[in-house]
Amino acid sequence: MKPSLWGKRLSITWMLAIYFFLYLPIATLVAYSFNDSKMVTLWGGFTWRWYAELWNDRDIMEAFKLSLQIALISATLSVVLGTLAALALVRYPLFQGRALFSSMVNAPLVMPDVIVGLSLLLMLVAIQKTFGVPERGMMTIIMGHSLLGMAYATVVVRSRLLEMDKSLEEAALDLGAKPLRVFRRITLPIIAQALLSAWLLTFTISLDDVVITAFLSGPGSNTLPIVIFSRAKLGLNPMVNVVATLTVVVVGGALLLSSLWMARQERQRARDMALAWKLETT
Amino acid sequence: MQAPSSHASPPDQGRRQPWGRWSLIGIPYLWLVVFFMLPCLIVFKISMSELADSGIGFLDMVSLQDGVWQLRLKFSNYTFLLTDSLYLLTYLSSIGYALLTTCICLLLGYPFAYFLARSSASLRPLLMMLVMLPFWTSFLLRIYAWAGLLDNNGLINQLLMSFGLVTEPVLMMHTPFSLEIGMVYVYLPFMVLPLYANLVKMDLRLLEAAADLGAKPWTIFRRVTIPLSTNGILAGSMLVFIPCVGEYVIPALLGGADTLNIGRVLWDEFFNNNDWAMASSVAIVMMLLILGPMTWFNRIQANEHTKASP
Repeated sequence: MKPSLWGKRLSITWMLAIYFFLYLPIATLVAYSFNDSKMVTLWGGFTWRWYAELWNDRDIMEAFKLSLQIALISATLSVVLGTLAALALVRYPLFQGRALFSSMVNAPLVMPDVIVGLSLLLMLVAIQKTFGVPERGMMTIIMGHSLLGMAYATVVVRSRLLEMDKSLEEAALDLGAKPLRVFRRITLPIIAQALLSAWLLTFTISLDDVVITAFLSGPGSNTLPIVIFSRAKLGLNPMVNVVATLTVVVVGGALLLSSLWMARQERQRARDMALAWKLETT
Repeated sequence: MQAPSSHASPPDQGRRQPWGRWSLIGIPYLWLVVFFMLPCLIVFKISMSELADSGIGFLDMVSLQDGVWQLRLKFSNYTFLLTDSLYLLTYLSSIGYALLTTCICLLLGYPFAYFLARSSASLRPLLMMLVMLPFWTSFLLRIYAWAGLLDNNGLINQLLMSFGLVTEPVLMMHTPFSLEIGMVYVYLPFMVLPLYANLVKMDLRLLEAAADLGAKPWTIFRRVTIPLSTNGILAGSMLVFIPCVGEYVIPALLGGADTLNIGRVLWDEFFNNNDWAMASSVAIVMMLLILGPMTWFNRIQANEHTKASP
């Protein structure tokens, strides 16, 4: 079926319009971050001023450091827990309480953040009343983020495990390798890419979360999104535009690097396969 | 749920490594019970607890009095929720906004996903990455960005005025309009991704067969393409609708002060009124509201998985 000229025009226009819609707000944020004017939205010339001021903005810098620590720890914890959960779901199709387990893994994906935050906080308060610990702060935020991140990590790792060729593991087991060794030498390299994308995904989710953090943070433990949210509620703010621009640059760069890396891995694998074929045929 | 695959693990594998099996299932299971199930039960309990006379803490639900165990449940929060017209309106309005967002996302996203899936195979990875890229940059900042566009002094009003289309700024911020734009903007990729995944897998020979049998393009689209993509439509709609119902950040930043929204009500009950019991009841009712669509969605996903595995 050949698309008609009219259809082709429509498809291009539609796609351009959607991409315009998706990128317009981001582009304006970046532009406004260089705006030399007291009024955020009125153009007053180009400046680096806000970037210099960001460096001296203690609130934002402290919050950024805290957010980074929380995101690093909770992304790692999420991937570990998510991988365990995914392995349990894929490798053991029948165990007692699997249905409950599987719905609990998926629930945080669809549960509104306000409920996740509220329920975790109420539990913390109950524990605090009986044992006196823990204080709300970095640890409790990590706990909340890991709960959410684990759900996402499970989905990513699980789909990779489902599509991987199980005969490789079985061959290794048949040749006498111990299960842990099989996991380290066979399974882990195969799912490594999925683990990396799960880590990046949960890292961004943690770095971005407002609602759960607001429930679980204590005095003095403000993460970057909490600071941004409280400023954004008051109106437009040049500092927020600067943070946004830096985020776009970092995320864009990271995505570019990771896609380059993945393409290289892919080429490497193709070369290895070709080499293997050649060895086999000669 | 999963069809037994042809190369199932040897039956003695579970016995051979009881320790591995125990930790694989046990660790995440325990984590979820402690940090997910227990908190939900606590919310449920608090939603029916009575405030202590001192005003701090709650009375024990189960108490032993004169040798009789007493269970005290307070339902007044629920009866209040169900009879108070403001709460009812809030629930309805949240569901209304979520439905509207789902419809707009479907109307914008379906053609988009369709064109993406039919674009040349070499371009597709790039086009998909461009859809995902905003998704990776901060959700909060992308919502905030709309404030700069929709504000009275924002870019859109400046453009409208400089072209002489309007003489004074059009009020767009903090209205249902800005709220809706923000929701559609954030959730559109959630609609596009499952639709694209579905449409790109579609067997094009079916469409060719319909064309050979004399069907017009529009008829093919309506009678073949759309029915074949039902699963993608359902998955996308659920992924948009469910989180929209309980959304807090978008209404807080872009919605008006009088925009009714459950997420905000829960937040206010908790943080401003300090009424934990009421906040818990609001949460429980919200959970019940999304439970239906959620189980439905899980079933669709389970079906997809069984179909996907050989």
